Amino acid sequence: MPLYHNEDQAMLADTARSFMAEEGNIAKQLRHWRDLGCKDGFGHALWKQMAEMGFTGILVDEADGGLGMGHVEAGIVLEEIGRNLTPSPFLTSSVLAATALKHASAELKGRYLPGLIAGDSVFAVAIDETAKHRPSRIATRAEKSGNGFRLTGSKSFVIHGGSADMIVVAARTSGADEDDEGITLFAVPKDARGLSHDHVRLVDSSMATHTKFNGVELDGDAVIGEIDGGRAVLDAMLLAGRVGAAAEGVGVARGAMDMTIDYLKQRKQFGRLIGEFQALQHRASHLYSEVEIARAVTIKAQQLLDAGAESADLMASVAKAKVAKAARLAVQEGVQMHGGIGMTDEYDIGLYMKRDRALAEFLGDAYFHANRVATLSGY
Amino acid sequence: MADLETFRAETRAWLEANCPPEMREPVRDEDDIYWGGRRARFKNAAQQAWLEAAIAKGYTVPSWPKEYGGAGLSPAEAKVLREEMARINARPPLSSFGIWMLGPALLHFGTEGQKRRFLNEIARGEIRWCQGYSEPGSGSDLVSLQTFGEDKGDHWVVNGQKIWTSYADQADWIFCLVRTDKTNKYQGITFMLFDMASEGVTTKPIKLISGSSPFCETFFDNVKVPKSYGEDVPAYVGEINRGWDVAKYLLGHEREMISGAGGSERAAAIGAAMKRLAAKNGDEIDPVLRAELAMFDVDALAYAAMGEKFLDEIKVGKAHPAQPNMMKYVGTELNKRRHELMMAVGGSRSLEWESEETGGGKPARNWLRTKANSIEGGTSEIMLNVISKRILNLPGA
Repeated sequence: MPLYHNEDQAMLADTARSFMAEEGNIAKQLRHWRDLGCKDGFGHALWKQMAEMGFTGILVDEADGGLGMGHVEAGIVLEEIGRNLTPSPFLTSSVLAATALKHASAELKGRYLPGLIAGDSVFAVAIDETAKHRPSRIATRAEKSGNGFRLTGSKSFVIHGGSADMIVVAARTSGADEDDEGITLFAVPKDARGLSHDHVRLVDSSMATHTKFNGVELDGDAVIGEIDGGRAVLDAMLLAGRVGAAAEGVGVARGAMDMTIDYLKQRKQFGRLIGEFQALQHRASHLYSEVEIARAVTIKAQQLLDAGAESADLMASVAKAKVAKAARLAVQEGVQMHGGIGMTDEYDIGLYMKRDRALAEFLGDAYFHANRVATLSGY
Repeated sequence: MADLETFRAETRAWLEANCPPEMREPVRDEDDIYWGGRRARFKNAAQQAWLEAAIAKGYTVPSWPKEYGGAGLSPAEAKVLREEMARINARPPLSSFGIWMLGPALLHFGTEGQKRRFLNEIARGEIRWCQGYSEPGSGSDLVSLQTFGEDKGDHWVVNGQKIWTSYADQADWIFCLVRTDKTNKYQGITFMLFDMASEGVTTKPIKLISGSSPFCETFFDNVKVPKSYGEDVPAYVGEINRGWDVAKYLLGHEREMISGAGGSERAAAIGAAMKRLAAKNGDEIDPVLRAELAMFDVDALAYAAMGEKFLDEIKVGKAHPAQPNMMKYVGTELNKRRHELMMAVGGSRSLEWESEETGGGKPARNWLRTKANSIEGGTSEIMLNVISKRILNLPGA
């Protein structure tokens, strides 16, 4: 498969680009909800519009009412979300939770997928338990209780946790905290008794929760996949999420870069456009190269994932790490090249810096994924 | 697609039958590469057999038309051949600047007579070409070149000096940029072709920091260059005084080649191999060095994806025409970093300059050689200038 968008994908990209630029732009969404102090941190009306576009169910099988498309297509939407810094539950709901639900019973699918496809529901995922992403260690426990389970523990960095109608929770049903086996995934409804949230606004204005499970009683049918066999589902969910986060990061990087290069063509100092200075030209060209490469490897990871290739796992970590590095460069160069106004809240470039920080941390930063590349490569 | 799969099966069978096992070993020494030319000697019978089989099939230059010594393969077929050769680690049967540089220029700008003569000679490895571009005073600013060809009616008399002429001391012919009009900087250069055995041509190898001498200084002292070598075989490519067009085309091609050819090596991850190397030396990799190797592998594997995307896009005309500059910039910088890391893992062993254990100082010599990657064929700084101007459209660039 050639490493560029086919005709259908190019059309989708055009559609997504103009739609997100029109409806998901920074003024209409990010600044609007931030300045209102919105407790969700995103707009439900836009989520509904994205559903009407078919986006929310893009990864959901056609048999289940979705578009049945792949990660290249989901990545196209995510890149535009990233470029516009659109606060959206797309990544957690339509990529992460939707991937987990592929492994769920017909009953669970029927309970949650129609709401997702219609843009009426929002989902979150609860994986991390400390301030860093370490999915190899799951201490939250789910103990057998009657026909169901009783969930005890706490999770951090649950993006949209407070807004979610359902949270996919990775818990331990057997074994020790570091064990690979003994994980089970649960679909925890928002009104579950014993579920409580500590709401936190993050640097990028998105909302997350520290979520406590204080003996949360769950029915047996809340289990996604196999009891004690949840690691495979968790891995699949993480893989999709990382590739998705990389795509969104590419959008953030490109958005910041485009804004910065435009600025180099407008701002005058010493009687010249600052883009005439070779010191800045070379840095801009280096940045361009890094961002192009990050985008290429992200599409590569998407294609491998869609093809079910074993190497998708390695390439997902390469992409997540490479994008984290390229996007970090883009926002840092962006603020620096904008000079003083880059530090002001009035200009958007600083918002890119904030979003990059939060997005790069989500599902493992560049260090986590570079380490993972080394481990997977055998050193 | 079915046709392509048939082609793959045929190619695989042909390679199986014709590529000797010795030619599937990694290239270890300079003489493992067969450059062709009047003075070429085969290292062994396998090298000769492989070359002869490839010539007969048109596979020394598989994409060139059959009438010029190629096999007329489509881009998709050529990719299959590359993949099948890579699968068995087959060496290229013939390497030369004729194949990489002059051939593409002739295919694009040459007359029918030039193509029939020169391309066939190149395809059969009969004539080894060298490239006369840079001069002592004209490196990055190549267009300022001063080597002058005085018009004497049916011939020119060429005087001047070239530098960094790869393997000039072993080449048979040169394609050479010569100023033929001193009043016009860009439209006063002619892309000449002439015999290195001509009277007045001398070469002097330049010893590099790696200890090897792949480059020469080349001097022209009243060299007589006829304007024609027969009917429809002019001694220049394109038009007289319009050689810069050819040179620019070739520079683009060269950057593409540098970015693409070394691609597979440059794009490969090294961490796992470095762990084995350290183990062989009885060492372990320091955690901080491991971290740098991991970051390198991320960049190298990402660059590999970019290389694949670039080649896919070139095939359908989607790549930005200046994209080879970006590939060259990143690929060469990456290669320098790769060898810095390899030296670090190798430790004091990699410092050895002549020992048998290091194959005569290979690690150190290769490390030093890579420093030229970001200088030759346009420096990294020139690449960044071109990206600024042609891709980012920055002002005044």
